[in-house]
Amino acid sequence: MSNANNNDVSDTKHTCCQSKKTAQGLALAGNETATFANNDEKQTEHHLIIDGASCASCVSKIEKALNTVQGVHSAQMNFAQRTVMVMGNVPDGILISAIEIAGYNAKVDTSESEEEAIDEKDKADAQYYKKLMRDMAIALLLGVPLMIYGLTIGEMTVTTNTERLVWFSVGLLTLGVMIFSGKHFYIGAWNSFKNHSANMDTLIALGTGTAWLYSMVVVAVPDLLPLMARHVYFEATAMIIGLINLGLALEVKARGKTSEAIKRLIGLQSKTARVIRDDKDIDIPIADVLLDDLVRVRPGERISVDGVVIEGHTAVDESMLTGEPMPVEKTGGDKVVAGTINKSGSIIFKATRVGKDTALAQIINMVKRAQNSKPPIGRMADAISAYFVPVIMIIAVISALAWLNFGPAPGIAFAIVSATTVLIIACPCALGLATPMSVMVGVGKAAEAGVLIRNGEALQTASKITTMILDKTGTITVGAPKVTDVLVANKLTREAVLTMASSIEAGSEHPLAMAIVESAKEQGIQPLKVTGFTSIAGQGVEATLDNNTLLFGNEKLMTERGINIDAFIEKAQAFAQEAKTPMYFAVNDELAAIIAVADPIKNDSIEAIKRLQHNGIRIVMLTGDNRLTAKAIAEKVGITEYLAEVMPQDKAKKVAELQGEGEIVGMTGDGINDAPALAHANVGFAIGTGTDVAIESADITLMRGSLHGLADAIAVSKATLTNIKQNLLGAFIYNVAGVPIAAGVLYPFFGLLLSPVIAGAAMAFSSLTVVTNANRLRFFKAKDH
Amino acid sequence: MLWVNLAGVALIAVIVWWFWIYKSVGVAMQEGVIEVVVKDGVYHPSKIKIPANKGTTITFERKDPSSCAETLVIPDLEINATLPLNKKVSVKIPASVPGRYDFHCQMKMYIGELIVE
Repeated sequence: MSNANNNDVSDTKHTCCQSKKTAQGLALAGNETATFANNDEKQTEHHLIIDGASCASCVSKIEKALNTVQGVHSAQMNFAQRTVMVMGNVPDGILISAIEIAGYNAKVDTSESEEEAIDEKDKADAQYYKKLMRDMAIALLLGVPLMIYGLTIGEMTVTTNTERLVWFSVGLLTLGVMIFSGKHFYIGAWNSFKNHSANMDTLIALGTGTAWLYSMVVVAVPDLLPLMARHVYFEATAMIIGLINLGLALEVKARGKTSEAIKRLIGLQSKTARVIRDDKDIDIPIADVLLDDLVRVRPGERISVDGVVIEGHTAVDESMLTGEPMPVEKTGGDKVVAGTINKSGSIIFKATRVGKDTALAQIINMVKRAQNSKPPIGRMADAISAYFVPVIMIIAVISALAWLNFGPAPGIAFAIVSATTVLIIACPCALGLATPMSVMVGVGKAAEAGVLIRNGEALQTASKITTMILDKTGTITVGAPKVTDVLVANKLTREAVLTMASSIEAGSEHPLAMAIVESAKEQGIQPLKVTGFTSIAGQGVEATLDNNTLLFGNEKLMTERGINIDAFIEKAQAFAQEAKTPMYFAVNDELAAIIAVADPIKNDSIEAIKRLQHNGIRIVMLTGDNRLTAKAIAEKVGITEYLAEVMPQDKAKKVAELQGEGEIVGMTGDGINDAPALAHANVGFAIGTGTDVAIESADITLMRGSLHGLADAIAVSKATLTNIKQNLLGAFIYNVAGVPIAAGVLYPFFGLLLSPVIAGAAMAFSSLTVVTNANRLRFFKAKDH
Repeated sequence: MLWVNLAGVALIAVIVWWFWIYKSVGVAMQEGVIEVVVKDGVYHPSKIKIPANKGTTITFERKDPSSCAETLVIPDLEINATLPLNKKVSVKIPASVPGRYDFHCQMKMYIGELIVE
């Protein structure tokens, strides 16, 4: 396993005796098999989801395995829900191990919905924000008056005993602020220090600590220092703590906005579903919907789980998932997906995927995972941040030494100011935030447009694509061939030809055959039963119907059987040039008709391909179809480079060939037949129709069939990468320029030395700037690019 | 002044040694369930020794409200997880080849190490 997804990562609810829907009705008392019943101890309820339990006998096996674990009081499995509730004081991991030993997989059940989790996160964030604002207010309450005093009325120096006493009191007040408002910095710094690591807290703690300690030395033993150096910096300590808390608070707010896309997706999940049980409609929580349940949805309601329409006819708005604005018609046998909205009619559908298996749940999972992954461009920042803080500490020491050795009097005061400022101005956070914040917003933005990006690497590579390979069938074209022309040669009627043709083709699984059967059905013609059905590889089919020998296939088949097709040869060539596939139909070795089948081009393919070409992307079309059809399609959609009659494995070869030319190759296909080429390409795009796509099959999944999704995906990737670069550059320049200025390199030339308070403000707002810049991406419109 | 400079140089040496050269020893191999608490700017424990070629589950509990601590990343194992406040989250570590794998928050301010032996 190389990818731990959110399925492996679950919240553990371990509040005692919490009620749980899935465990309703399970009796807990009197479990005789419990080998270790420690009734005196507080019992904890554990909920686990079991994977691999396929028969009812698994239940006793799993329960037995759990009951033998020391500390387990009782274990009861709900086979229908594949969940088990365990009472006892045992860590979840041990329970999971016991189940694994018994031969099953288990994971902790997320007992709360995604929505509840988001609410809880918002609540926690709000609380943290309040705490930070309070800390900020207290610190600034002391810092601001002190700073105003220092700037306007008085010198903050210690010369008399009264001044000593006053400043001593201020020093104690500052200590109070440090403990009350800045405690988290000092504890964090100390803990990191013990771990031989250093972080943001280390810098803040060292900076403010140095300023305070020096000031206290000035107050306590002023004689140690020359008169000019008896300056106190309590205001700097208080101001820095205040400003950094303010920066953190604003960052919490801004960060909340970056996860709006995922919140929107989570908001698409219904809370209840109306299922039909015992001929009655009952509203139940969606967690309780079982596979094969019949669910009724009225107009205007949201579809609760994935399913297949059993009854009724309606139009469903799938735009929230696919980005496709037009409602999609649904009737018996069509798939519906959770999160979409039923617009017009009332339908009943059978649940086929529930809970965490629905397409929506998988999309949420994938987006969440991708939002947390890092593109390669972020690795540089990671490498820097590992050394960043200790390097800053060293620079602070060197800066202090330089001032002591070469600086003007009072050297010690300048040394302290410069060291403090260096420590405070450096901001590893901005550097660290630069990439993840943009990825978070960019991936979310793409999801809104119906583009699912698997990870940060795919996001980065997609922005660099130079050549895009498009599969023809199902990608440029609809992928469902339709009968376009039926020309009858002799006395037979069109209906008679279609009846016979659909009868012989009903047994074939070829897409062209299916087109003929579908077309006949649309005209109310039902296929008849044929006998002696034979498929002639690469040529066609043969069968008998009412003592008539039917032959259906290509030119080669007709020629081999000696059937004269001269009457339609020219017509056939004309069809081929129009990207239609001609097929001959003979009855009793006499040509009866020619039927042309074509796979229509999607209505926006031409425009989308133009958009890609306009962005400088070279387009290559690959198809397994014949040359004439390929040429016709390519010409229609404005593609000059194409390859026809390509086998799937050759598609991968073509990808490698283009890569050999130095191209960054994107491959777009339906995700199944094109798997080798998709895997070979720098970025594989799986194109789906509606939401019926395997979202794990490619680097980037386009939820709607339109090729505009490709251009959207590339546009969002480019915008995100630009945003990351801006962030990284900003953070890098800020630190590279800020640290030397703080150390005092400008002093010899301009007499400029930064105040630690300014440094504190700059540092607090540098990370806020990064988050704000990332948030700008939220307003990006892919369609405009 | 000489002593001050020497003290400064010594301080730099201490920083280099403490943060880069020093390698902690004596982390005991842990099996079964490992619980890591994210609190006050660090992971407790921050160095975890686990057996090689064997899947392990580590439970993380974030008690630190700082939003930095919310994301856990183990880049080399392609693992990332969101740690809600005051909730236990089980992270499955796949059977891995021996080596040292960093785990950290998104900004690398919270750092821990997974030692697979």
